[in-house]
Amino acid sequence: MAQRLDYLKETPSQTAGPYVHIGLAPGAAGFDIYAQELGWDIAGPHAAGERIRVEGLVTDGTGSPVKDVLIEVWQANAAGHYAHPEDPGETEDGFRGWGRVITDFDTGEWGFDTVKPGAVMGRGGRRMAPHLNLWIVARGINIGLNTRLYFDDEADANAADPVLGLIEWENRRDTLIARREIRDGAPVYRFDIRLQGADETVFFDI
Amino acid sequence: MKTPAEYYQRDRQWHAPALTPEYKTSVSRAPSFPLLSLEQSASEITGPSFRNDDINPGDNDLLHNYATAGASAIGERIILHGRVLDENARPVPHVLVEIWQANAGGRYRHRKDGYLAPIDPNFGGCGRTLTDDQGHYVFHTVKPGAYPWRNWVNSWRPAHVHFSVFGTSFSQRLITQCYFEGDPLIARCPIVQTLKDPAAVDQLTAALDMNATIPLDSIAYRFDIVLRGRRATYFENRPEGG
Repeated sequence: MAQRLDYLKETPSQTAGPYVHIGLAPGAAGFDIYAQELGWDIAGPHAAGERIRVEGLVTDGTGSPVKDVLIEVWQANAAGHYAHPEDPGETEDGFRGWGRVITDFDTGEWGFDTVKPGAVMGRGGRRMAPHLNLWIVARGINIGLNTRLYFDDEADANAADPVLGLIEWENRRDTLIARREIRDGAPVYRFDIRLQGADETVFFDI
Repeated sequence: MKTPAEYYQRDRQWHAPALTPEYKTSVSRAPSFPLLSLEQSASEITGPSFRNDDINPGDNDLLHNYATAGASAIGERIILHGRVLDENARPVPHVLVEIWQANAGGRYRHRKDGYLAPIDPNFGGCGRTLTDDQGHYVFHTVKPGAYPWRNWVNSWRPAHVHFSVFGTSFSQRLITQCYFEGDPLIARCPIVQTLKDPAAVDQLTAALDMNATIPLDSIAYRFDIVLRGRRATYFENRPEGG
């Protein structure tokens, strides 16, 4: 026998279940309890950069929309800095870089407003293309799914991105690229997430 | 640029796999391709932080945070408390812990819950708090009831409280469920049994904590939460957190 390592085990994940909204978005569940719900304002009023909207739909292995999803987003500001003490850069007053949205109960559509992030310094000094980090939980999902949203108008940066480059199946890289359109003069990125099946979105173990 | 200290790899054999057919909803919602493992970058080792002014002091008191003045929720009054630690057994201070649960009869205050057990007019079912300097958190609530759900025709969830926990990085983000010691439904639940190792189920089972009860007021359960730990820096050229 060897000495025992005294690490603890991580608390096991469990599904967020069908009523995740009660805890994390009670207004959507149908009641008003907190003075302020968290996660609805990602960038704040002072953030530099282009204001964008991101929208999408999560579909399951049958192609049906998933209408009870909660998505959290974590992103850098337009200068590529995270609002975190270990990031050496500055972020604007009020910029959290974190958001939380739920899907519409009837349609499954979700969306949020933010600013387009800048490139972030990655490992070994390699610059990562602008991206949003997404975390997806729902009934039927035992452990939250991590993915990244990249932007289709950043083709050169995406081609050099070290994480996209890790995806050996080149046909799957496209599942992480959001499509830009202009609606009423404002930029909207469409990002549909397919949990399973044809064009299944790439998910990461981070 | 130096590589920042990374978090320990998540043990995906300790956690449930994505596809767990006895929990039927997972079948169409589990990715069929394996996850792509990433070496961590700034995107993964950073994450949101929360401050005292994000929440109100009474947000952790579910007995009263949705009750009319002078009233409180109906049910078994409990203190649900514990610590948030990392895998190195170090406390995780000042992080957001959010919970949600059904009422004492197993009914959720949610427009999609049609179970015939009644709503408690004085119970919302959600709470939140920040851990203190030593990683402690505490909630005052009622013990939730079991409730039926459409998996098999006679499936009942054990009494449980959903927990959402932030650490200091997005890679530590965790949602889980807390069960209660001695509940005979734990062993029969296909969601619990997505975990293969009985020790993992034990880790989700809060212990009756008589020492933390308030005599003639509330009984107590203890539920400690462990988030991913971070590599020591013996082999790195950068001090922890520096």
